[in-house]
Amino acid sequence: MSETLTKLIFGRLTLEQLPLHEPIVVGTFIVVALGGLALLGAVTYFKLWGYLWREWFTSVDHKKIGVMYMVLGLVMLLRGFSDAIMMRLQQAIAFNGSEGYLNAHHYDQIFTAHGVIMIFFVAMPFVTGLMNFVVPLQIGARDVSFPFLNNFSFWMTVGGAILVMASLFVGEFARTGWLAYPPLSGIGYSPDVGVDYYIWALQVAGVGTTLSGINLICTIIKMRAPGMTMMRMPVFTWTSLCTNVLIVASFPVLTAVLTLLALDRYVGTNFFTNDFGGNPMMYVNLIWIWGHPEVYILILPLFGVFSEVTSTFSGKRLFGYTSMVYATIVITILSYLVWLHHFFTMGSGASVNSFFGITTMIISIPTGAKIFNWLFTMYRGRIRFELPMMWTLAFMLTFTVGGMTGVLLAVPPADFVLHNSLFLIAHFHNVIIGGVLFGLFAGIAYWWPKAFGFRLDPFWGKVSFWCWVLGFWFAFMPLYILGLMGVTRRMRVFDDPSLQIWFVIAAFGAVLIACGIAAFLVQIYVSIRSRAELVDVTGDPWDGRTLEWSTSSPPPAYNFAFTPVIRDNDAWFDMKRAGYRRPLSGYKPIHMPRNTGTGVILAVFSVALGFGMIWYIWWLAALSFVCLIATAIGHTFNYHRDFDIPAAEVTQTEEARTTLLAAQGARV
Amino acid sequence: MKRSGALLLFPLAVLLSGCDFVVLAPAGDVAAQQRDLLVVSTMLMLLIIVPVMALTVLFAWRYRQSNHAATYTPDWDHSTKLELVIWAAPLLIIICLGALTWLGTHLLDPYRRIDRIEPGQPVTQNHKSLQVEVVALDWKWLFIYPDYGIASVNELAAPVNQPIDFRITSSTVMNSFYIPALAGQIYAMPAMETKLHAVINQPGSYTGFSANYSGAGFSGMRFAFHGLSDKDFEQWIAQTKSAQTTLTRDSYLALERPSENEPVRHYASVDPDLYGAILNLCVERGKMCMNEMMSIDARGGLGLAGVRNTLPLQYDKLARRGAVFGNKLSYVASICTAEEAAAASRASRDGDAGNWPIRDLSPLHGVGLLKPGAGSRQAEADKPSLGLLRLEL
Repeated sequence: MSETLTKLIFGRLTLEQLPLHEPIVVGTFIVVALGGLALLGAVTYFKLWGYLWREWFTSVDHKKIGVMYMVLGLVMLLRGFSDAIMMRLQQAIAFNGSEGYLNAHHYDQIFTAHGVIMIFFVAMPFVTGLMNFVVPLQIGARDVSFPFLNNFSFWMTVGGAILVMASLFVGEFARTGWLAYPPLSGIGYSPDVGVDYYIWALQVAGVGTTLSGINLICTIIKMRAPGMTMMRMPVFTWTSLCTNVLIVASFPVLTAVLTLLALDRYVGTNFFTNDFGGNPMMYVNLIWIWGHPEVYILILPLFGVFSEVTSTFSGKRLFGYTSMVYATIVITILSYLVWLHHFFTMGSGASVNSFFGITTMIISIPTGAKIFNWLFTMYRGRIRFELPMMWTLAFMLTFTVGGMTGVLLAVPPADFVLHNSLFLIAHFHNVIIGGVLFGLFAGIAYWWPKAFGFRLDPFWGKVSFWCWVLGFWFAFMPLYILGLMGVTRRMRVFDDPSLQIWFVIAAFGAVLIACGIAAFLVQIYVSIRSRAELVDVTGDPWDGRTLEWSTSSPPPAYNFAFTPVIRDNDAWFDMKRAGYRRPLSGYKPIHMPRNTGTGVILAVFSVALGFGMIWYIWWLAALSFVCLIATAIGHTFNYHRDFDIPAAEVTQTEEARTTLLAAQGARV
Repeated sequence: MKRSGALLLFPLAVLLSGCDFVVLAPAGDVAAQQRDLLVVSTMLMLLIIVPVMALTVLFAWRYRQSNHAATYTPDWDHSTKLELVIWAAPLLIIICLGALTWLGTHLLDPYRRIDRIEPGQPVTQNHKSLQVEVVALDWKWLFIYPDYGIASVNELAAPVNQPIDFRITSSTVMNSFYIPALAGQIYAMPAMETKLHAVINQPGSYTGFSANYSGAGFSGMRFAFHGLSDKDFEQWIAQTKSAQTTLTRDSYLALERPSENEPVRHYASVDPDLYGAILNLCVERGKMCMNEMMSIDARGGLGLAGVRNTLPLQYDKLARRGAVFGNKLSYVASICTAEEAAAASRASRDGDAGNWPIRDLSPLHGVGLLKPGAGSRQAEADKPSLGLLRLEL
């Protein structure tokens, strides 16, 4: 075959692009391939393909999509954490002339992939999954506003994740740091496929995130049960609303800036080049105009989780609901006025730097108010130290430290000495692990019984909790110390032997966190195995206060047989207190959306389009683009989008629940 | 219990005492002021952080479910007084911190000339500041001393208690120039200049490095910074002047190529226009400088013909490959009259390339090179050459 023809068919994809010379990658590939084959084999053996396709992949049920998001987040957490522990190991041994075990080519990809994966494919799916599952239940809705769009959004996120994972075994990932600053990420200094993988993975996933944001905003605005005014919405729904407003307002900026970078790389424009009037500083500004709100996109829903958990487990109404809501709104607005604090050192004038420093500090006022509100929710409560509450307390003690170092970094002269240092790394892991991750674990422990009808095993949960919390402090306190010793981030080798001990302690912390992750997986396994003992038939295992606890666990496809009417912001608590009885007759057919495979198909074409563009396989890119558009248009002619659950089926489901509740002696 | 606590803390204390907290104990006045601000801010915030953490533990313990002695008010969810306190307390702290930030940021602006050598010792007429031009290369640092006409790689020296004025740029990608013992960092960016003013108060050898990831050789992008007494500094200058090598445009282009873990090098002399050429991306022959281009643009530009009027860097991995879909790029190499252009095109059509009746093409107009016998390039850049605009069609 002639060279031109090969190039036409395969673009720049050649056999040499497979990283066969990297033993670590080959080893990983073998493990992943064997694991993947075992999984596929098991699915085939147990004849689960049809079930998975019908009940999950094509499902438009917000609860199932929420669960799938969580599974995606968990799988990617394992990948992102593998990167983390490899970095920790490298930094712990690369002293005294040792090069460590990773060369620059590999190490630089690892820290880039770690950041990208943890933010875009771990934190984002977890947060989106939680919102997807909980929000419609909390507002008494039967699904989201646009159920098909929801399924499509999920699969686009998976598509982005697939492209990132593909880069591990086919070609390479970006070696630019997680935000890919030009000129380093320009075609001149990164001519390989790494940055293209980065761009296309984020663009594909970004479509999903943006659409999901629009979907949830519509759902919250338009689909609340009668009586639920804005100021009666549960706090988690409020924070979700603000998060999705942030998503819709900031992700287009990311899409635009990555498009400009792609244009620089593909068609020779000069937006961010050194010469021809390009300006890399513009990229840094634009990406942080997305990047800073992104931080609040991640943390706000978890603030909501902590509010729900504190109130429930203290057996008390949330203290200062109104100020909580306004604090959230203020944070939402202010998060757009602080982006420059990520680059005080880029040479802005003192007035500009002070302005952004002070706006950053102002954000700590509503955040501080929130902490106080949780504190006074606990005050004069009856606190039950179940897992979600433990995570919340760990959060309050950890996050305040992270908040303090954050405000410290907002003082520009202090930032000049700490910017890009390990102090910064410690700070943002302090808030992301201590805030986002602890919140996710609180949320997972809290809502798991709702999703599956049985609680999580508390013993393994506590093991995981202590490993995570101690692991966090061991892994990141040394980084604060190293930062004060002037050690900068992304270093591969060190020449000062006195630093080594701190890196060893940090690596030990990472091992503890690994145990925490393992214990979490064991917890899930053990809980599924002994689900009979952990079962909850009431649907309200924690004496909950919001609507999701009023229906069965797991909720039926239609969530609520009758749309509830809301009189109070702790709607379910109010109903319980008023002596609410489930209606036992008068069921009507329920109008529901129908499953569709279009989301999966569109995502497959998007991945193919991205892959074609990354490897310059133009025919593939063009073909998949045409297919993508054709499928999308074709789907608009699909008129079989809905169906009615017959009244008989609803009656049957609800009567089964009545029987179960009666058998347990619980209140019907 | 207390004893075991002390036993646990002991190894930590030993560990911490063995560390060099350079950020907390710097040797330069600017870094020391930045450190002070850092410490004061931390103290201010601890005013609120410590009570919050204590209250969290206290409330969690006191209001545990098993403690029936504690008051339980399940419906208590509002108190205007408390709300006022919880918004006002952080607000007050932030007002103090904000005022401190505004003052500190202006006072410690890296672009501002320093006005004191150390507390109580203002900068006077007698202090002559040392000029240093810093270039971040892939992956080493070049320091040019324009006052002395010398240069060094990966080694920086300065006399103690004298102001140092840094002018900083980069050859290819973004880096950050940081000597923790001296002063805070500032980005080094290609085709742009950042500034830093600082002073070193204690003699000694310190470490400097890039604090912004810049590619494969980033970890080795470290240099020694020597704070020297006046006598030692003179000696260092003399030693550098006695080096065998000189830094010309050609040797710079060789140095500029990516390399890792470079040893210290000294240059006895340096092309006085080199830094300006690096900053304006025109060290190589045949390139128009950025400032010239901008001067042309400021006068209305050259229209479509001048869209691409500088050549890119041209060596190994850094060669601009051109985008996959873009045209083959062409560049304006020189600007001439219509007759000259016609003659050139005639000559190229006739294959008579050696016989162009046009102006001296070497060096080209508008390139970053001197015309033989012309004055310094800096002077030329200051008065934009109108000749460039004599383009008649």
